[in-house]
Amino acid sequence: MSTEATAETNGTHGTQAVELQGVDKSFGSVRALSGVDLTVGAGEFVSLIGPSGCGKSTLLRVVADLEEPTTGTVAVTGLTARQARLAQRYGIAFQQAGLLDWRTVAENVELPLQVHGVGKAERRRRAVELLELVGLAEFAGSRPAELSGGMQQRVAIARALAPSPRLLLMDEPFGALDEMTRERMQAELLRIAGETGAAVLFVTHSIPEAVVLSDRVVVMSPRPGRITEIVSGRRPPVAGDDLVPDAVEDVRETGAFFEAVTAVREALRKGAATEGHAG
Amino acid sequence: MRSRGWLRSGAWAVAAFVLLVALWELAKLVLPADGVTVGGTRVLPRTDDAAMPHVWTVLARLGAPEVAGAADPRSVGAAIASGALFTLGLALGGLVLGGIAGVLLALLMQRFAVAEKAVLPYVIASQTVPLIAIAPLVVGWGGKIAIAGWAWEPWASVMVISSYLAFFPISVGMLRGLTSPRKADVEMFRSLAAGWWTTLLRLRLPASVPHVVPAVRLAAAAAVVGAIVAEISTGTRGGIGRLIIEYAQSATGDPSQMYAAILGAAVLGLVAAGAVGLLELGLRRYRGSVA
Repeated sequence: MSTEATAETNGTHGTQAVELQGVDKSFGSVRALSGVDLTVGAGEFVSLIGPSGCGKSTLLRVVADLEEPTTGTVAVTGLTARQARLAQRYGIAFQQAGLLDWRTVAENVELPLQVHGVGKAERRRRAVELLELVGLAEFAGSRPAELSGGMQQRVAIARALAPSPRLLLMDEPFGALDEMTRERMQAELLRIAGETGAAVLFVTHSIPEAVVLSDRVVVMSPRPGRITEIVSGRRPPVAGDDLVPDAVEDVRETGAFFEAVTAVREALRKGAATEGHAG
Repeated sequence: MRSRGWLRSGAWAVAAFVLLVALWELAKLVLPADGVTVGGTRVLPRTDDAAMPHVWTVLARLGAPEVAGAADPRSVGAAIASGALFTLGLALGGLVLGGIAGVLLALLMQRFAVAEKAVLPYVIASQTVPLIAIAPLVVGWGGKIAIAGWAWEPWASVMVISSYLAFFPISVGMLRGLTSPRKADVEMFRSLAAGWWTTLLRLRLPASVPHVVPAVRLAAAAAVVGAIVAEISTGTRGGIGRLIIEYAQSATGDPSQMYAAILGAAVLGLVAAGAVGLLELGLRRYRGSVA
């Protein structure tokens, strides 16, 4: 069901963005992750979906080297998770934009570069470029508090993209946004992913969101957190650098979209059922 | 917009002062000179000129010579002003010393959880020891110190005692501020491969400003109080603490002089608080939701 959708076709870098093998993670006696094998190809968009406590955020955090796996191996862009973090191979965005309110929007975007000692002029040039990419160029000098929630989240994405990472890790980045803003942000994210060629590992609660964004939707179930099924998503094709503006809208109205949504929903239900038997 | 806000709060302070003066004079006018006594217990103080001199008498006293008929015709106002300036200098020195100690302690406690557990109880306990018990100790130790030919002066004891009061609010406020960033922000810095120093400089220090500014304001007031009390308990000359004691001893004959000195001490505290206001103005970029 899933194999044909792996994005080896977009892969220009060769190495996989993420390779997880037999990853287990326990917090004390609680098994948060059990036997997770997952590969995210270069440029591929993969969503993690599942009920609360299924370990999808933990999985993302293991990839980001914010948690260490109990057992198993983690490779990020061909490096260990720690090396990848130190080399800023990935950018990360959380549900809360988490902008520093004493910095201007541009200074927030510059933060990852500043931490890595990039010069002021180069930093500012890159920030302007990224703010253009997320459509906030005229807000470079504003304070985060002056921006709406959706705009703040776009700044957070620009910040995550600052070191030109090959991998973008996103933990429910649109979870706190209203439905209209959310849909606009999804289209925006697809355009950005297409333009930058970055792979994306995306944690979400929303089935339609996972389907419309992803090449593959990874369905997880709790206690212990594990991957139960992988479903093909309906990520719209990118023509050159341009995502047809209405492409996302169009996808939402296709039969294939509804089929995929149904498939994910059934996979989730099946996961919940097996949990019932196990428990 | 902002300067108008400052103007308005200044106007309120003046209005409050005028109200206080009016109440003082009203009490003298309305209440009996002998105070109010209920069943042998005096519940309201005497209001005669010896207990509560008129405001204008106090103000007039500022211009009068300190010692009548002395060769050096220094006015009471000049004596108080020079004493206040001397004390302000010591209090500022104490604030800086205490600030440095407080910040270093807070950094230590933030960096090492063990240090917080070990040190924080002593930081709190330090403030329950009465100042007048510490003063002779500091003077005693200081007397044995001579750094590179520089002998310990009494004013140095005053500064150290003042810093002893000032470090406390700063260390507690700073620790609070340093630990105030959300977990997500700290993890963001970790994901950026930022070390402790970079995280301190770019996240913890800026985030601590809204907590530290009120702490510095408290510390400034504490430093002034500490300096005055230390001057009195170490017998240091030249400051307003000594003046208050000298004037208080002659208060039965000349109460307005003592009130003039107390007024001077109050103005001194306001100046110290105002200086912190300037600091706040300089750091307003970092004022968060807490300030």
